[in-house]
Amino acid sequence: MSKIKSLDELRKIREKVSDNTEVRITGESADRTIIAVGMATCGIAAGARETMSALLSEIEAKNVKNISVIATGCLGYCYAEPLVEIRPPHDAPIVRYANVGAELAKEIIDKHICEGTFIEDAIFNRGGSN
Amino acid sequence: MANFRMHILICGGTGCMSSHSPEVHKNFIDILGKKGLSKEIQVLKTGCFGFCEQGPIVKIYPDNIFYVGVTGQDVEEIINEHVIKGRPVQRLLYVDPMKKSPQEEHKDIAFYQSQVRIALKNCGLIDPENIDDYISVRGYEALGECITSKTPEEIIKIIKDSGLRGRGGAGFPTGLKWEFAQKSASDKKYVICNADEGDPGAFMDRSILEGDPHAVLEAMAICGYAIGADEGVIYIRAEYPLAVKRLQVAIAQAEELGLLGDSILGTGFNFKITLSLGAGAFVCGEETALLNSVEGGRGEPRVRPPFPAVKGLYQKPTNINNVETYANITQIILNGPEWFNSIGTETSKGTKVFALAGKINNVGLVEVPMGTSIRDIIYKIGGGIRGGKKFKAIQTGGPSGGCIPAELMDLKIDYETLNAAGSMMGSGGMIVMDEDDCMVNIAKFYLEFTLEESCGKCTPCRIGTTRIYEILERITKGQGKMEDLDALKELGEVIRDASLCSLGQTAPNPVLSTIDYFYDEYLAHIQDKKCPAKACTDLLEYVVIDEKCIGCTLCARNCPVSCISGAVKKPHHIDQSKCIKCGVCESKCPVKAIIKQ
Repeated sequence: MSKIKSLDELRKIREKVSDNTEVRITGESADRTIIAVGMATCGIAAGARETMSALLSEIEAKNVKNISVIATGCLGYCYAEPLVEIRPPHDAPIVRYANVGAELAKEIIDKHICEGTFIEDAIFNRGGSN
Repeated sequence: MANFRMHILICGGTGCMSSHSPEVHKNFIDILGKKGLSKEIQVLKTGCFGFCEQGPIVKIYPDNIFYVGVTGQDVEEIINEHVIKGRPVQRLLYVDPMKKSPQEEHKDIAFYQSQVRIALKNCGLIDPENIDDYISVRGYEALGECITSKTPEEIIKIIKDSGLRGRGGAGFPTGLKWEFAQKSASDKKYVICNADEGDPGAFMDRSILEGDPHAVLEAMAICGYAIGADEGVIYIRAEYPLAVKRLQVAIAQAEELGLLGDSILGTGFNFKITLSLGAGAFVCGEETALLNSVEGGRGEPRVRPPFPAVKGLYQKPTNINNVETYANITQIILNGPEWFNSIGTETSKGTKVFALAGKINNVGLVEVPMGTSIRDIIYKIGGGIRGGKKFKAIQTGGPSGGCIPAELMDLKIDYETLNAAGSMMGSGGMIVMDEDDCMVNIAKFYLEFTLEESCGKCTPCRIGTTRIYEILERITKGQGKMEDLDALKELGEVIRDASLCSLGQTAPNPVLSTIDYFYDEYLAHIQDKKCPAKACTDLLEYVVIDEKCIGCTLCARNCPVSCISGAVKKPHHIDQSKCIKCGVCESKCPVKAIIKQ
């Protein structure tokens, strides 16, 4: 690597490498939204890995911050997998989407997360909190 | 580069490494590789999480799950269950002894709840051997801001306003120290980092250097700019090989990026840092002895004044701070002095890192705001006394400090309160003692340490500590006289007043403080020839309670000196003249028929 020649350049590099620790720092934040993907045997069989990849790449593409995508165990609705659970911070109610394929995953990020509008047709159920 | 969806952090501090965390690290990499997950899951080694008692620690983000006591065999299960299927492995979670339930997130664990991390901010968060990790948490920005837009005077004012005081022992205001060095006119000046952490049981400096080495390098460069120095030396003991290695890696990385070396960030400010390895003499933690050692001379203190800020390394103005002091600097610059001085007490600002050790449940490294009570540290963070025993005293400040008794448990810790209680902050060692610890014996232990570590330059320290040790040894053998107590006090005062450096000046503290607070124990040893804690072997006997003894012969068969006799199924007897008081019989007896008295 070449030498950094100014404070601005250092700050630009920081932007570039911020991904290094972002997952960890967001993981500590009390204000983060958690997107949990059901990744038990039923979820994986229904294609949850593709769902997760789609969520992650859309988050990266839209540069969404303060969000953690985690895998979670069986949510009990195996017939509706892949299930995606949006857990907002500060005890706001959870929203669950069913049969989330790559398309819907992208839409969840674009509409639900970025715009704050729920995709009513695809909502499986709501309730409970983090 | 695609982002890693999951980060698996494995503690790479000395504590966890010695309980086989490298094997855990390797297994994670191997198994994830085999399963084709290396591209989505990052595995890295971090610095110390502080919870050394429970190591090896593994932390998984973004779930923020905290595993304790992880072994190489557990890795496959964590990957299959947690990483792939999202089910945290319950049996590896920390079970809070108070709540009795497994805790998933570290912030739910009482050990972490009362902590405030400034000096340890990045320890356990970043990979210490990856400068990008450090840059991503605003690393080297404080230095950048200082050298591009602040004058040395402005920086010194910030440090003064923050109220930061030296974390290595005496608590001298850091800003003032920098100002003295800045005002000493000279063509050459030096910045030194004192990493000669020598107190028994203390490991905060080591953990900072292992977990966040760049924070110390950056702070030294800021200091260099503020006082007008272009050269820094880290004096570190060779017995900290991991910290030395991480520093070497960090220095090389910073030099490569032009964050150390010539014309840092294109400003024309030059600063280079070298390491100087010490052989581990306690006296070399004293700043003037340290200077001699760096210069290649004997580790003996110099007469002050002149202070190092006027004539230090190679007789040039030198600023010396301890590791933890430097570890606070970048955060003060980035967050402002008001932020820092809003934490702590009237006279002591910010936080202090303590190494908790001894008879406490949660041995480890903790960082708490100044003004936290001893009670909170022991019971809230430390999880109480091991084995449910009674808390007796806490030793702070290492061999220079004193023992604070349980009655003063609500003391709010800062520099002044500890001094007033006859102890001191020191570098932050905290050794917890319970009812089984004999305070005379503890004083003897510390005096044995200082007498061995005394450099010998000042007679009162060299001879005086030896005499004190001899008297204490007599007392613990039941040969003490009442006059000995006066002699101890008198010797203590002479050593304190007539020694050149703080090694001697503070050496009598463990004795004087225990005489003050535990006078009865000294009396019991001298007058009754008894050790109330049953720790001094010369003052106790192992005896068989005839009524309880079932004559199983286990004690007799295990006695290494064959001093126990008795027929099968008949009460046994210990021959006191031959007994070496090893305690084997007591531990072997199935019916607790053998007691110490």
